[in-house]
Amino acid sequence: MDNSRQLIQYVLSGLSNGAIYALIGFGFAIIYNATGIINFAQGEFVMLGGMLTLFFLVFLNFPLVPSIVLAILISTAVGIAFERLAIRPLKNANPLSLVIITIGASILIRGIAMLVWGKDTHALPAFSGNEPLHIAGATIMPQHLWIFSITVLIIAANKLFFNYSIIGKAMRACAYNSQAASLVGINVKTMVLLSFVISSAIGSMAGIIIAPLTMTSYDVGIMLGLKGFCAVIIGGMSSGLGTVMGGLLLGLLESLGAGYISASYKDAIAFIILLLILFIRPEGLFAKKETERV
Amino acid sequence: MLKIKNINTYYGQVHALKNVSLHLLEGEIVTLIGANGAGKTTLLNSLSGIVPSKSGEIIFAGVPISSLAPSRIVKLGISQVPEGRQVFKPLSVEDNLELGAYLHYRTAAGRAEVKKTGDMVYALFPILWERRKQLAGTLSGGEQQMLSIGRALMAKPKLLLLDEPSMGLAPMITQEIFKVIESLSQEKKTTVLLVEQNARAALKMANRGYVLETGKMILEGAAAELLENNDVQRAYLGKDKKEIWER
Repeated sequence: MDNSRQLIQYVLSGLSNGAIYALIGFGFAIIYNATGIINFAQGEFVMLGGMLTLFFLVFLNFPLVPSIVLAILISTAVGIAFERLAIRPLKNANPLSLVIITIGASILIRGIAMLVWGKDTHALPAFSGNEPLHIAGATIMPQHLWIFSITVLIIAANKLFFNYSIIGKAMRACAYNSQAASLVGINVKTMVLLSFVISSAIGSMAGIIIAPLTMTSYDVGIMLGLKGFCAVIIGGMSSGLGTVMGGLLLGLLESLGAGYISASYKDAIAFIILLLILFIRPEGLFAKKETERV
Repeated sequence: MLKIKNINTYYGQVHALKNVSLHLLEGEIVTLIGANGAGKTTLLNSLSGIVPSKSGEIIFAGVPISSLAPSRIVKLGISQVPEGRQVFKPLSVEDNLELGAYLHYRTAAGRAEVKKTGDMVYALFPILWERRKQLAGTLSGGEQQMLSIGRALMAKPKLLLLDEPSMGLAPMITQEIFKVIESLSQEKKTTVLLVEQNARAALKMANRGYVLETGKMILEGAAAELLENNDVQRAYLGKDKKEIWER
């Protein structure tokens, strides 16, 4: 009985971490699909989400919802500024230089966060208390439920946006063939900017909902960003189901590994998976083979 | 309606268009012929703003367009059917057409018109209606070409630029597509600039033609005259060759 309860516990926390990884991975995929670059500053938006919410909530005593909204708005503004100042001016640079620029931006954002908020680790209060719920013999924190429901909402909204709205379809068209997209009148630069807006907003949301469970500090972005990168690699750089599965798989393996092998290997597991995937199946576990006729 | 005056366009170091001039009158079909690498596609891309020209003037309906962004040029009424079709393969046929009308989604009046334009395109290419839910990547080459033309028409262009619509297609399909182009010009009064390697078919349909060679415009004239022209016959129509490839 104790064993199975423990297992359920590991699975639950694995899934909730996995949901976060999937959200962060989405951010990577959206920008990659729009621009062909891997935005290694993605993790910093996650950090900004958590730290800004903490800042408004705890230091300025704002209520929870306005704090979250402000945190997302500010992180998104940082995302826009990043695209306008660091990515757009270099329109003809090759993707590798741009990737290096994103690493630079990541260090810069992290540095500024450290100067502003210091190096302390903070706990963000849970959204609806810390009273655990008992479901089917397992204890679940209310925050887990928040994570699951917000993740599902974001994934559903993403799906609706990219499959049914004209702007979402235009972004996909742009990702597939930007020249043909501009020939139908789509402004490619706007679409790139929009991809940064969406990824930074999703990233900061992920950072906000995970912060009550894992604590937050100026440097959480590195690890969370890399885990999200790992999720999207498993998912084959898609902004769809593949990355969700990738994130959940990663979260589960991590949490089971930490539980049954050793907690000190938690991070190592993610990177072993990342390396394995890159060596054996670099196109990802869930990438669909595209049927094409020419 | 369109005037190109002495434009020069470069691809990096390559001087792709050298003092090229061309004009189109309203309602005309004009064809641009020339060998591979002559600069035909470059000319269309300069017109569409994808590869802006370095010097010279392009005036469309009285508006200088040589420094405008591609989306502004589409908005003014120039749509291009690009070389190799370039449909959005991961999206459905319906979505491809919808994106063709992307600029019309900005206004309520435009949105209302989109369905009508869509019906017009489906009437032109009934096969697209049958395949509307399929991904564009699963269509045959001819169907993709029809989709690409349909997508361009969704923007309701006044001037349609077609880049080698017959490339890689069976003669039957080519004929079908050429018929549609002809009917567009006759019924919808769309002006057409047609780039073709299949020079004979293009010249038969067109009112006038231009011949481009290594970035320079070397000949222009009525299509019938060009068909008779000795140089054109030798270089592009395969004079002295049996005409089995051509129905």
